[in-house]
Amino acid sequence: MPKRTDIHRILLIGSGPIIIGQAAEFDYSGTQGAKALKEEGYEVILVNSNPATIMTDPEIADKTYIEPLITPVLEKIIEKERPDALLPTLGGQTALNLAIDLYEKGILDKYNVQMIGANYEAIKKAEDRDLFKEAMEKIGLKMPKSKVVKSIAEAEEIIDWIGFPVIIRPSFTLGGTGGSIAYNKDEFYMKVKAGLEASPVHEVLLEESVLGWKEFEMEVMRDKKDNAIIICSIENFDPMGVHTGDSITIAPAMTLTDKEYQILRDYSIAVIREIGVETGGSNVQFSQNPKTGEFYVIEMNPRVSRSSALASKATGFPIAKIAAKLAVGYTLDELPNDITKETPASFEPSIDYIVTKIPRFDFKKFPEADPTLTTMMKSVGEVMAIGRTFKESFQKALRSLELGRYGFYIGLEKEDDEKIKQKILTPNEDRPWYIAEAFRRGLSVDDIYALSHIDKWFLNQIKEIIDFEKQLQTKTLATITDCELEKAKKWGFSDKELARLLKTTEDKIRERRITVSYKVVDTCAAEFKAYTPYYYSSYESLSGKIDENGEVITYRDSEN
Amino acid sequence: MQRAILALEDGHFFYGYAFSGLNQKEVGGEVIFNTSMTGYQEIITDPSYKGQIVVFTEPQIGNYGVNLEDEESDKVHANAIVVKDISKTFSNWRAEKSLIEYLNENNVIGITDIDTRALVRILRDYGVMKGYITTEDISPQEAVKRARNIPDISELNLVAEVSKREPYKWEYGSWDPEKGYKKQTEKKYKVAVIDYGVKRNILRLMADRGCDLTCFPHDIQAEEIIKFNPDGIFLSNGPGDPAILKYQIDQIKKLLKTDIPIFGICLGHQLLTWAVGGRTYKLEFGHHGGNHPVKNLKTSKVEITAQNHNYATDVDTLPSNVEITHINLNDHTPEGMRLTDRPVFSIQYHPESSPGPHDSLYIFDEFVNLIEECKK
Repeated sequence: MPKRTDIHRILLIGSGPIIIGQAAEFDYSGTQGAKALKEEGYEVILVNSNPATIMTDPEIADKTYIEPLITPVLEKIIEKERPDALLPTLGGQTALNLAIDLYEKGILDKYNVQMIGANYEAIKKAEDRDLFKEAMEKIGLKMPKSKVVKSIAEAEEIIDWIGFPVIIRPSFTLGGTGGSIAYNKDEFYMKVKAGLEASPVHEVLLEESVLGWKEFEMEVMRDKKDNAIIICSIENFDPMGVHTGDSITIAPAMTLTDKEYQILRDYSIAVIREIGVETGGSNVQFSQNPKTGEFYVIEMNPRVSRSSALASKATGFPIAKIAAKLAVGYTLDELPNDITKETPASFEPSIDYIVTKIPRFDFKKFPEADPTLTTMMKSVGEVMAIGRTFKESFQKALRSLELGRYGFYIGLEKEDDEKIKQKILTPNEDRPWYIAEAFRRGLSVDDIYALSHIDKWFLNQIKEIIDFEKQLQTKTLATITDCELEKAKKWGFSDKELARLLKTTEDKIRERRITVSYKVVDTCAAEFKAYTPYYYSSYESLSGKIDENGEVITYRDSEN
Repeated sequence: MQRAILALEDGHFFYGYAFSGLNQKEVGGEVIFNTSMTGYQEIITDPSYKGQIVVFTEPQIGNYGVNLEDEESDKVHANAIVVKDISKTFSNWRAEKSLIEYLNENNVIGITDIDTRALVRILRDYGVMKGYITTEDISPQEAVKRARNIPDISELNLVAEVSKREPYKWEYGSWDPEKGYKKQTEKKYKVAVIDYGVKRNILRLMADRGCDLTCFPHDIQAEEIIKFNPDGIFLSNGPGDPAILKYQIDQIKKLLKTDIPIFGICLGHQLLTWAVGGRTYKLEFGHHGGNHPVKNLKTSKVEITAQNHNYATDVDTLPSNVEITHINLNDHTPEGMRLTDRPVFSIQYHPESSPGPHDSLYIFDEFVNLIEECKK
């Protein structure tokens, strides 16, 4: 199926000002999308209220409007420019909301503008809680159990079905006033009563709690011919209860067997089909009961999302660019994989490294804000690190935050045990460092799991780092073995951190340690040759070769 | 952990540490790489990997441990595994033991801390080759010499090693997260499976669809299969080079003279290629992974498939009654074929997944539909 020739002018909506939850990632996707459409010969008309973006640079779109992102302004632009189509899925929630409003007010119809990528029905189905729940029920996927009740008696009838703990959300209260969690029957009666009283319509939503469950995300793409592929799986280090944008996340998922991964793959494709996103990318979030393995669908974004930007950078697969091309009629098998050139985009990336994303907070600038991490996003940015081991990837991310931290040590010796535990129990920006400190003090993986519900595989990885840190601390540059130093680098210890542990200088560590290896991000785990140079650094064991003369040559492999 | 060396016949070598099978001291095999990011347990227990040293491109292996439900046969068949970083601890609600323990029980060497990406690039550029792993303290020259001396995979009758000696019945269907494996409830079609090293999930998917499965050893005579009077015949996957299995190919030739529907997967597809008069050839570095795009030429839809093969059908050698039904979009090699004048078809990749995507499960429906049509 070649590209559409019945449309010529395409309107693209940017995401507006940089705010928490909607930052530069949408500039990245919008720019990619605009370039892709122009490359195909379409005339791109861009609207964004934020001139401090790449996408508003003059060479990106054919016409750029820097105007407020509100319906009346959009209508004027549509009236003047008469675009054939509107692509609403690359500008985050702002663009999606505007597109919905333009449709509902009949403006798109009036000027004969077609929505491409996702249509109105699909967006509504994904965004409206009831419609979404209905759609998920239809395809047999579970969501947290919930029901609206109007009395204690009604609440009593369904509590056995929902089970404890249960979340109580009074309807129509400002900022969720009166919301609470009940862990047993006594609390339940008291809190439902309080909730009913707090609600002006005397109504509460009772919802099954999935706090502490494991959390996963899948990035899925679909084309006009209904080909669907998964770009990337992401596992959240922080369990359910912390907003994905505020969670430390890892790609690919680390603790799913193939049977479980394929369940999520099937579910994600079923969701994008049922919601009806015809072309482009979507992000589907799941939670998993760590004891029974049961999966719930949490939500789906029928657009390029914050996680899509991460998945693009993590795999090398340009989601926004491909989404734009799919929107104008191409199918995945017609598009080349830019990195390998010879293979098509209709494949699923395989990566041979681990990606860690850690959000960056700035509570100092918002002294009034509660620094507890909850379901409301508070981070102002994020870092992404690539390593060949989970440990390396995680430690690289920690020191990339520009917090003046070079590993898992930030000097928490003086804090009392209670505070350490409290800081692990309550999600906060410093939790990884408190976990490390708890391991230094001899707490077990089980102890920390009980406080945090962070999967034990992740906790064990941190514990191994701390155990090794203790071993390193007993050494000096004179007594440490080459083997130990090599292991430290493979595990992501920075030279600066090693200098501290071995009581020497960074330069002396650098002189002594193994050299760095550069590896390529290529979407295919080296199965095919890569033509796009996109490198990361890591540390590798010695390898070598016997040359023509029978001589042994050894080296640490690096790509160039 | 013990220091280990992996040497390739072309003179490359890699240092790492052995974490399992330490009593073995050494192992040889054909070195191949697999790009699946999940499913290490299914991969190493797949009998098709007999004779091979499997390099995982996914760097973090062992994370979710091992459970007895996810085995594709009753033991580990891969000769050895090579990883970047083995996980000592594991976490999953179904995990029963660590991968290290499991490999130890199976006496299989695993090595870690290998620069797997550098290794994969060599295999990609120069093709699959023989390799040798040892924990002995020997020179790289000696290790390379030993790698060159191990027998070539095309000289080994690996099928005879992995196929069961006696016929057996299979009665379990697919895995369900809540109920595990269910015993099959319906037996509508009598199917003879020729077991060249069959994966359990193939049997499960056929059991789900009402096939009454009897598995026969790889060297069963065609006459015995015909006497058994099945509604359908399945030629399974298995290890090694199809070209050396002359006896098995001759039996398939005889089966092709009957009107019984025949379906083959992987090695079964390759043997069928020879039986209809075609030839197979060795791919440079094979297809091993869970992300290969395959186009179904009838529907023109793309399936993401699980693959594990080093040999491919040479399309130019096929007679005119063979139609190619599926092609690989990465290198355009054939991935499926059917006979236009007989109820016979085969698939080169692994529609049964495990590990891998479920996009191609419809292939099993097609087999059952074919049986149903022929019964009429």
